[in-house]
Amino acid sequence: MSRFTSTAPSRMQTLARNPVMVALVLTLSLAGCKSKSGLPNNANELGLNGANGAGAATPGSPQDFTVNVGDRIFFDTDSSAIRADASQTLDRQAQWLAQYPNYAITVEGHADERGTREYNLALGARRASAAKNYLVSRGVPANRLQTISYGKEKPVAVCDDISCWSQNRRAVTVLGGAGM
Amino acid sequence: MMNLLLKRGVMALLVIVAAAHSAFAEVRINIRGGRAEPLPIAISDFMSKGDLGPQISAVIAADLRRSGLFAPIDKAAFIEKISNPDQQPRFDDWKAINAQALVTGRVTQEGDGRLRAEFRLWDTFGATQMTGQQFFTQPENWRRVAHIIADAIYKQITGEDGYFDTRVVFVSESGPKNARKRQLAIMDQDGFNVRTLTNANDIVLTPRFSPSKQEITYMSFENNQPRVYLLQLETGQREMVGNFPGMTFSPRFSPDGQRVIMSLQQEGNANIYTMDLRSRTTTRLTSTAAIDTSPSYSPDGSRIVFESDRGGKQQLYVMGADGSGQTRISFGDGAYSTPVWSPRGDLIAFTKQSGGKFSIGVMKPDGSGERILTTGFHNEGPTWAPNGRVLMFFREAAGAGGPQLYSIDLTGYNEQVIKTPAYASDPAWSPLME
Repeated sequence: MSRFTSTAPSRMQTLARNPVMVALVLTLSLAGCKSKSGLPNNANELGLNGANGAGAATPGSPQDFTVNVGDRIFFDTDSSAIRADASQTLDRQAQWLAQYPNYAITVEGHADERGTREYNLALGARRASAAKNYLVSRGVPANRLQTISYGKEKPVAVCDDISCWSQNRRAVTVLGGAGM
Repeated sequence: MMNLLLKRGVMALLVIVAAAHSAFAEVRINIRGGRAEPLPIAISDFMSKGDLGPQISAVIAADLRRSGLFAPIDKAAFIEKISNPDQQPRFDDWKAINAQALVTGRVTQEGDGRLRAEFRLWDTFGATQMTGQQFFTQPENWRRVAHIIADAIYKQITGEDGYFDTRVVFVSESGPKNARKRQLAIMDQDGFNVRTLTNANDIVLTPRFSPSKQEITYMSFENNQPRVYLLQLETGQREMVGNFPGMTFSPRFSPDGQRVIMSLQQEGNANIYTMDLRSRTTTRLTSTAAIDTSPSYSPDGSRIVFESDRGGKQQLYVMGADGSGQTRISFGDGAYSTPVWSPRGDLIAFTKQSGGKFSIGVMKPDGSGERILTTGFHNEGPTWAPNGRVLMFFREAAGAGGPQLYSIDLTGYNEQVIKTPAYASDPAWSPLME
């Protein structure tokens, strides 16, 4: 006499099939695809900054732009408004870009870590868009400019206070390569 | 004879269900105050050649303990040594150690190599068998069988579906915060069997399970084009969802698995779109000069909750599945985001930012009854267990570390860390496996 109840066949079939699925998933993880890796995009990552690198870069080079013009602007918390200090930087950028018209440009928008992921992606996009629109208003052709948002996923500064978060709320103008 | 057995079985079930309900009543009372006593249960070592039987029993015990509703009794306290799991146990021996329920079982190998796992759940005070079931599987699936048995015990005693035979997809993070590598990964709900699903070359975010298929939707920065993708778990096949002119993000499936709902970024605005995966047609649901994102369907598919900063700060809104009747539901202090509709339909979980803290909370779909479950420096991104009783989310401390996954009961009790090999964020719970 058996008091066991039997299980649904579909579940047993799934269990039996499971190893196949696992094997395929593992194959996938080994056979991933390659894409462009992140390149240095600012003075800190290049080991350059205004204090010890100013003037050393070749005029018209990306280093010149980063070091002597300033490749980034900063934003207030949860804001995409262009601040007065930021507009000065963007004015210099627009001037430089007019002088060196062969560079295509990508404006990267970023958020600090004090927000949720999805919103910060959109906030970064809003900041990139604000910077782009400012540059266009200063004569940079819109077709030279692309934008991308990284949300809170690419902080430059890592710490746990306000001074640090303020460095991460930024839009970085990246030269996308001459002659593009 | 069969009728008699059936009747006794039903009666035993009723007795225990009543007991379980009173246990739940205590849990509910303790939302406002103390903490419910979990049900003492004895899980004897399954009979087997070798260690597999005790290993299966240990997984069952761990599942039940982590639920917070059961207190598996230390095996050292057992008086009766179970030698035949088909035989009625000496109930007095189990009552003497206050075991309200007893699990016995056996694992054997079939001629074709498959495992056969059988268990019986006994009501010790009612002196009856509550249920008995058997399962067949390949030996490498032994943990899954243990989870299935734990689900059967959970359901028998609580009257609600379990959630142990489930998996969690998440983002596995490694490296320093300013050069973080991210990979999609999947694991059993208890943190075992972690496997990565993508390489670490591209930023990947917000994976979500299909409710109906072995499929995930997620966001990837592949080729510097931030877009929503689909990933078939069984084949590894990937594809971009739709052909949108800008960043698409924050995807989720509709409850029938036939649509993906997501945000499309255009200039400074994000609006919500759906794409029908069969016809490939897209439908725009919101049109504001604001950030509308994190859409999540009600389980019947008739409504959508999302976050929007159209009123200034991020707040939660509910609309019809066609975008009609967009109504704000959150009105507390602070900002509300990442809403997720419970699979039971009764609650919406969210992240709340207020006073420099990040909390996980729940509210009713009309915005009433807000309850904060956990608060700290950074808690984000809740996901529901398929039975709507447990939430998982990620937590991050200030500074240079990384996020970890936690689960918490709907009551706000029984917070547990889910240990992962690397940092982990963006958990999404699977449906019960079929």
